[in-house]
This record gives sequence, C-alpha cells and structure tokens, in this order.
Amino acid sequence: MKRAVQTLLLGLLALLLAACAGTPLRGTGDLGLVIERASGHVTLVNTSSREAYARIGGLGDLSHASVVYSRDARYAFIFGRDGGLSKVDLLEARIVKRIMQSGNAIGGSISQDGRIVVAQNYTPGGIKAFDAETLELLSEVPAEYAPGRFSKVVGLADVPGNKFAYALFDGGEIWVSDFTDPRRPVTQRYPAGQQPYDGLVTPDGRHYLAGLFGEDGIALLDLWQPERGSRKILEKYGRGEEKLPVYKMPHLRGWSVAAGRAWLPAIGRHEVLVADAATWRETGRVAVKGQPVFVMASPDGRQIWVNFAFPDNGWVQVIDTLSGKVVQTLQPGKAVLHMEFTPRGEAVWLSARDDNRVVIYDTKTFRNLGALAAEAPSGIFFSSRAARIGF
Amino acid sequence: MSNSCIPSALTSLLLVCFALPATAEPSAARQQELIHLVRQDCGSCHGMTLQGGLGPALLPATLADKPAEGLVATIIGGRPGTPMPPWHRFLAEDEAQWIVAKLMAGFPQ
Repeated sequence: MKRAVQTLLLGLLALLLAACAGTPLRGTGDLGLVIERASGHVTLVNTSSREAYARIGGLGDLSHASVVYSRDARYAFIFGRDGGLSKVDLLEARIVKRIMQSGNAIGGSISQDGRIVVAQNYTPGGIKAFDAETLELLSEVPAEYAPGRFSKVVGLADVPGNKFAYALFDGGEIWVSDFTDPRRPVTQRYPAGQQPYDGLVTPDGRHYLAGLFGEDGIALLDLWQPERGSRKILEKYGRGEEKLPVYKMPHLRGWSVAAGRAWLPAIGRHEVLVADAATWRETGRVAVKGQPVFVMASPDGRQIWVNFAFPDNGWVQVIDTLSGKVVQTLQPGKAVLHMEFTPRGEAVWLSARDDNRVVIYDTKTFRNLGALAAEAPSGIFFSSRAARIGF
Repeated sequence: MSNSCIPSALTSLLLVCFALPATAEPSAARQQELIHLVRQDCGSCHGMTLQGGLGPALLPATLADKPAEGLVATIIGGRPGTPMPPWHRFLAEDEAQWIVAKLMAGFPQ
C-alpha cells in the first residue's frame, strides 16, 4: 500500500516536472528524419501527422549519408560522406555529439546490444567502433586484405552476437568481426568474389549476402554455420550477354527478403532477380524499367518497390510478390533517390531530389497522400529501423 | 592508324588546353545542366564534393598529373573492369572536354 502511494506520488511528480518543462512526454516510434544532401541539413518528420517538426543543420557533407537508430529509438546516428558521425536527439531536435571519424565514409550499423556504433569507411579503408553513448573510439579493424593494401568497405550489417559482417570492394572478401570485447574485435575472413558493391543480412540474421559488381552472382555466407564457408548463388545470371551501363550502384539491405524469397537488383540488366530464401536457387526474374537501385519489400512482404539509376530515376515500380509481376508504375518526381515504408507499411515516403520534396503514397491504393518540402532530399530513415537486425 | 591518331589526339588536347569560349563551349543553360549532372549523378560515386567515394576524387590536385584527353576518353567510353560507365549517350565529346577542363580548374558549384 505504502509502495503504491509512493509510486503514485513519483508518477505525479514526473508529470508535474514534464508540465513545467513545457514538453509533453512522447514516444519516438512514429518519428524519423530526411537527409537533405546538398546543404548538410536533416528534416525531422512525424509519420503519423505526415509533417516535418524540426530542421537541423551543421552536419557536414551528407551526400550519401545514412542513419541508424539507438536501441531506444530516440537517437539517430548520422554517417556523413566526409567521415562525420553525428548523434541527433529526435525528441529535443538537436545534435548531442558530433565527431569526424574518417576521411570518407559510406555508412554504419549498431550492435545487437545497442552499445556499439560501427562506421564503415572508404578512406582509410576499414571499420571503426564507437561507444554509442559517448562516441568514444573503442577499436578499429583496418581492411588490410594484403600487406599494405587496404580496401574500401561496403555492406556493413550488424548480426547477432555483437558481430558485424561487411564486404571489401577491393579485397573481394566478406569479413565478420566479433565485438564481444569491443576493444579487441576478432575477425574472420571469407572469399566473396570480384568487387562486392554492397551487402545485406537477412531479417533473421542468418545469411549475409554480398552483391558482386565485377562478376554475375552474389556471395552467400551462412552465419549460423560459418565453418562451411561462403558460396556463390545466382551465378552467371547475365548468361554471358553484354552488361548495360550502371549509372548508380544498387543498395542492398535486409528489406530484400519477402514471401520466402530474396528480391535482388541485377547488375547491368534491367531486372530484379528472385531466389528462394531456403535453397537460394533462382526462381525467377522480373523485367523492370531500368537499373534497379533500391529493391525494397513492404513490411508485410506483399509488395516490392523498386527505384532506378540515372537516367530512369523518375520512375518507381511495384512488384506484387504473390504473382511476381509489376502491378504499378509511378512517376513520383524528379530523381527519386530513396524510399522508406512507415513501420507497418500503410504508406511509403519517397524522396524526389530534383523536385525538392518528399512524396507520400498509400501502398494499398497507390494514391498520393501529400508531400513535404525538403532541399535535395536523399535518404529517409524512420525510427522503426532501431529494432531491426542488420541495420 | 597511329599516324592519323596523333594529329586528332593533338587537336583534342589543344581544344582542352586552350578551351576558349568559342564553339566548344556549351550554352549557359547547358552548362548548368552539366554542373548538376556532375555534382549529383557523377557524385553518386565520386562524391557530391568530388572528393571521391567508390570512384576516385575528381579534384584539381588529383587530376593534375593526368592527361585531359585520357579523362575525356574515360567519360565518353567508360573504363572497362571498373564501375565507370560510358556517358556518350548523355554527353557530346565537347561537353566532356568542357567538364574535364572545369574539373581540372576546380569545378563550379
């Protein structure tokens, strides 16, 4: 009884304090941010009200910036192209901490326990681990694949066991670093193939896939049985035909798995490749409008939304995963760079860089639900990423 | 073959080295399009600030020791074995020359 009264009083006190501070309590589950690549800004957004609620500048070169979220989904870690790593508070709409961690970065990921943020770098090639609380450098793994030779790192993804899997573009390998001791990571190496350009881990954290640019195929590593080594799937999907030019590299992430299959961009072919996610054999391919860049499944896996490289980047196509057919072709705006589904997928937000706006579509009716102004928007990142393996 | 190559190569080189605002210069509107293309679309690999990414940096210092003609050829024809695609569908040779000259001098914003 006494305990209950105490709890009640504490609760009232907390409410009173919150009221005094003038900031009502709220969660972050429907918040997110949009990268404005040209001006070093991010716009903070609310996916319930479909509004922007704040804008933050001073984030450096955000071309090709990417974002991961803290485990409590309150803080966004923004990895800038220039090596900047910024921690942004979604609730207070401010930069909490900002460091320059390398010369040229491509993205990052956060550990299973939420304590370690890892950045992947082109220059100097390798990964660096930081304390998620303070951004203090904990350790680094230089991507030295041969004596004195360092590789650009791509496709970094967190996997269970506080490990991170990534691929070496120049080294042609998949590396898995175990950060059980964050200051002394232990790394295993596996062959991948020629020029891995990005990678993904399946939503269950079991399989790591590295897409290859230099050859037809995808390298696959079963992280539950790494002792079996890596192997290649979807080999020779180009059937020896000459490749079409690729004006922008596709991006891979765990959103590629839906309806028991993996939906992956072909390189140099205007196709989405489909593989059975149990046997990893090709089960089909879908002809699309251009070189796919993002091939993203909706959260329920019923739809795959695809955007394209220059010069077809004004189009977006939707594949129905049941029929394996394109069911919708949209023109959301000029230079559509990225898409993000709301947490349960009733809507999708798309950035139209050259129209300076973010466009929102209903995924059921394909009706345009509205738009938000943003300066040269690129990546859109919602806080629901916080709870996903491989992000 | 090599005999006819050298004069044309020299001509290209001269065009690039002494690019005066003459016939080779794209119109002001086209220049804006080219600047946008380089910053945004070449920028997907080379970085919007041209400091490099998956592709190498395209800054005056990094290009200084490279012959302009070779850079023009790379833009037009791509570079097999690397992700650099050919841009001849979207760029005329004199436009590629203009881009190279601007890159070597410091690319406009």
